[in-house]
Amino acid sequence: MALITVHDPRGYPPKVTGKRLAPRPESLDGRRVWLVDCLFDNSEPFMNELRSWFAQHLPKVETRMIKPRQSWVDDPEMRNKIASEGGAAILGVGL
Amino acid sequence: MALEEQGIPSVAVHTHVFARLVRATAYANGMPKSRQAFVPQPVVDKSAAELREYIEGVDPVSRRPFMQEVIEGLTGPLDAADLTGLSFERSTPRLLEPDAEENLQALFEKNHWTDYLPVVLPTEERVAAMLKGTSQAPNKVVGCMRPTSFREFWEYTVEKVAVNAVMAGAKPEYFPVILALASTGETAKCSSTTSMTNLAVVNGPIREEIGMNCGIGAMGPYNHANATIGRAYQLLSQNLQGGSVPDESYMGTLGNPFAYSFCFAENEERSPWEPLHVTRGMKANDSAVSVFFGGRHMQDGFGPRETWEEKMRRCLSAGDGVFPPLLILDPIVARLFKERGVESKRQLIDWCAQNAQLPAREYWDEQWVQTLLLPLAHAGVEPYATRFKAKPDETVCMFEAKDINVVVVGGETQGAWKILGARHQATVSVDAWR
Repeated sequence: MALITVHDPRGYPPKVTGKRLAPRPESLDGRRVWLVDCLFDNSEPFMNELRSWFAQHLPKVETRMIKPRQSWVDDPEMRNKIASEGGAAILGVGL
Repeated sequence: MALEEQGIPSVAVHTHVFARLVRATAYANGMPKSRQAFVPQPVVDKSAAELREYIEGVDPVSRRPFMQEVIEGLTGPLDAADLTGLSFERSTPRLLEPDAEENLQALFEKNHWTDYLPVVLPTEERVAAMLKGTSQAPNKVVGCMRPTSFREFWEYTVEKVAVNAVMAGAKPEYFPVILALASTGETAKCSSTTSMTNLAVVNGPIREEIGMNCGIGAMGPYNHANATIGRAYQLLSQNLQGGSVPDESYMGTLGNPFAYSFCFAENEERSPWEPLHVTRGMKANDSAVSVFFGGRHMQDGFGPRETWEEKMRRCLSAGDGVFPPLLILDPIVARLFKERGVESKRQLIDWCAQNAQLPAREYWDEQWVQTLLLPLAHAGVEPYATRFKAKPDETVCMFEAKDINVVVVGGETQGAWKILGARHQATVSVDAWR
């Protein structure tokens, strides 16, 4: 059986640099949770329901709705606002 | 993940069909344990009550209560792996282990490196022959590509592009066109759920030099250069960007038949109007290739007949509002338009821009108009902001003239025309890659 040598057709992947997760609070009580509506179809009603769930089940959590400027595009301004005002974030409903 | 880096504990919510894609993306971003929670697919068209059921129900991936996943994701203790993330270097070898031809064909298929049709195996001899089609050094970096905006870019050299050109069955004389396509960085294998792909239109002297077809059957499988350049663009897209694997890096629910190969040359000689590459800023004697992104919908007709305006209005508004029309006209149609006083592509484009209209209610209800363009309207970006001010039954123009394109192609056996929803992404020089 004749053996042949062929090229690998794949490109070159970038080096992956590990990133740590943010420190977690023990509880969300008294804290702010940002509900980030990623602008996909029907994500706003989903976030509204999530907000309603928090109001009913964890009333000590302050929820705030926020949206990026565009879908599919990173919005550093929105991220900086969340980071400067603090809290935790739930993003959805996205891919 | 960017919010985590800024010190904000985060949980991302997805529908369950994206579980594998989410894991792969988190891994490639060095944060494999980023917290995720899943709800059932779909979210689209679900009522508030149904969405509430999702929230109060079970995460279909972890099989635990959805809100438990969310709350624990934001508050649960971190372990050592969470504190460091995952760093690693990946590479791909230049050559594979020697093997028998049939085993290598099977390996390429198993690794999703093909389009499931037999490929020409890229032996060292064949790749070396392909490289003779350009004066560029084999190790020159051509560009980088990724399947979507949230994935990482992969880089590729002239030699890597040559490997994929060989696999597609291309000849070395086609290689500058293929390199030019690779240089755009525009993937033809976008991972979108909506099954988009790219097509390529070639202009200038290279068309004749390599025997491309711009006549009868130009858009079909009737020419070696058209077929293999289009196929090479597809193969290089999937392989050089790090894959196009269903449920992992490709999520197009229906798929797209244009994604096998979609490349043709403009019939400049039989067109009464200026060629596409000239409209896009090149000289007539330049050889160029243009990339269009979309290919989700196509309308067609014949003529122009007496009622062509009504027919074309219907076709223009039948597509979606995100991908502007690319008009593909047989030379007979182009000349008949000219006889009716349409002196230039620009004139036809302006007519389309003015006549592609929908009631605002329908326009803004379209899923991707709502997802992609409505946020721009809210942010005051024109023309979307003005369109958004229209009352529901008022008509709005769907496209701007600058986004509409016309290409003349075909063999004059019929006065046929098509409208493809496709956005112009780039027109680049082929000569730069000779």
